[in-house]
Amino acid sequence: MKRTLAILASNPLSAVGVLLIALVVLSAVFADFIAPFPEHRGAVVDFVNFNKPPQWPYIFGTDLVGRDMFSRIIYAYRISLILGVVVLAIAVPIGVTIGLVAGYVGGWTEYVLMRITDVFLSIPPLVLAMSMMGLLEPTLTNGMIAVTAMWWPWYTRLVYNLARSEKEEGYVLAAEVIGASKLHVMFREILPNCVPSILTKMTLDLGFVILIASSLSFLGLGVQPPTPDLGSMVAEGAKYLPDSWWLTVFPGLAILIAVFGFNLLGDALREILGVEQ
Amino acid sequence: MTPILSLQSVSKTFTVGAHEVRAVDDVSFDVAKGECLAVVGESGSGKSTIANMILGIYPPSEGTISYRGTVLPSSRELSHRRAIQLVQQNPLSSLNPKRTIGASLRLALDVHGIGERSRRWERVGKLLEEVGLPADYRSRSPATLSGGQRQRVAIARALACESEIVVLDEPTSALDVLVQARTLKLLNELKESRGLTYIFITHDLSVVRNIADRVAVFENGKLVELDTVETIFSNPADPYTRGLIGAVPVVTREEEALRTSLTEKENNANA
Repeated sequence: MKRTLAILASNPLSAVGVLLIALVVLSAVFADFIAPFPEHRGAVVDFVNFNKPPQWPYIFGTDLVGRDMFSRIIYAYRISLILGVVVLAIAVPIGVTIGLVAGYVGGWTEYVLMRITDVFLSIPPLVLAMSMMGLLEPTLTNGMIAVTAMWWPWYTRLVYNLARSEKEEGYVLAAEVIGASKLHVMFREILPNCVPSILTKMTLDLGFVILIASSLSFLGLGVQPPTPDLGSMVAEGAKYLPDSWWLTVFPGLAILIAVFGFNLLGDALREILGVEQ
Repeated sequence: MTPILSLQSVSKTFTVGAHEVRAVDDVSFDVAKGECLAVVGESGSGKSTIANMILGIYPPSEGTISYRGTVLPSSRELSHRRAIQLVQQNPLSSLNPKRTIGASLRLALDVHGIGERSRRWERVGKLLEEVGLPADYRSRSPATLSGGQRQRVAIARALACESEIVVLDEPTSALDVLVQARTLKLLNELKESRGLTYIFITHDLSVVRNIADRVAVFENGKLVELDTVETIFSNPADPYTRGLIGAVPVVTREEEALRTSLTEKENNANA
């Protein structure tokens, strides 16, 4: 704990990261209390106050149907975070398990698993997600499926390489000589030594998952209106640049803050957990 | 009497790319219960390959290894794994840094179902005490222990299975001289109290003189000489053995008398 605080104090950027993410997470969790117009997250129309520049009580302005941008951005954070967490909650266990098996068991198993992983890795992520979304209905759930499908191979790669080097450590031999099962060696001996690297990557990735999900919805392949989404807000507002700049700038900044914050936090975590790059 | 371990014309060939390397070539020897057989030779002489085959990490290419008269199959049963255990050279890597000392020791008890489940934690403490460490070290992480202490934990782990044969793969070469001497003393005591059989792999002949009953000398995968420690040191038959012994730094009686020694109390304080 002392060491953690010392690292945060010695690296002001890490502290900024912690602060930004605290801001994002808290506003997403307490959106109902923070948002001045909670009902504006849905299909509300208020033509009296439409397309207003930032002013009280609309600190980020209003959109083309008169909804408060600030409230919508806060609710969009909530959806982005849920999406990020769900995607990682599914992609990480799958990727980690495949990587562990391939790295530890070796032989034909390794060959088959890693070639399948390479196939997924060879397709540019956005293209893979876009083609999947082309086949599926554009909903939040399908967006999660598409992003998950492109995310697990990175964890397979990471854990595969870690497992291959950990396998040579004496403690693995010791467990094998005792007669421990393969499952025990993989999940109880090797996996704990991979956790710091996995955690660091997960933190960095939360930002990137939000970015990819926003890119998808920017292209109209993600969350559909009236659900607030940072990517579709930017896309919608871009048509009215530069006059109605607040329609684009604030959601864009919101994406930036989340991605930047998770990156800084990931770097801080890497240092705290002592992960080698 | 049947030997506890018997190797019959054991060979091991590794395929490295297009080449075949014969790491162990037609080796036969017996190990009697309660003895300490030192296996010596240069790096690459095949001594580690012998150890790995005895432990069942990989099977021999030809020949058989028998334990108490039973030929060991290429994939070991749990009971055979339990009987033959290992202490590795490097105590820094042989304990999982992310698991406590107790968890590492308990694994052996859990895998082999030794003792009642509820009393295993207590048993882990007893094992630590047997190797001269406090029982409450079981909740510590390996990083908080010195090299010598970790090697004691590794020895305790080999004992946890209630094994009969312990393969010691250069167990003292990563330790400093003082700790080395204490570890050898511990190994000698455990051998007596538990009636263990040791296969002691080393290239350090001064260690051999301290602990071994017989010495097997390997050169290029072949067993060139196998005899008692006294004979090997006083009258080595093979020219290779003579060369190995000639390379040991000599300590005369006069020099021996000048050596400092520690009292029992000091020894314990240092452990």
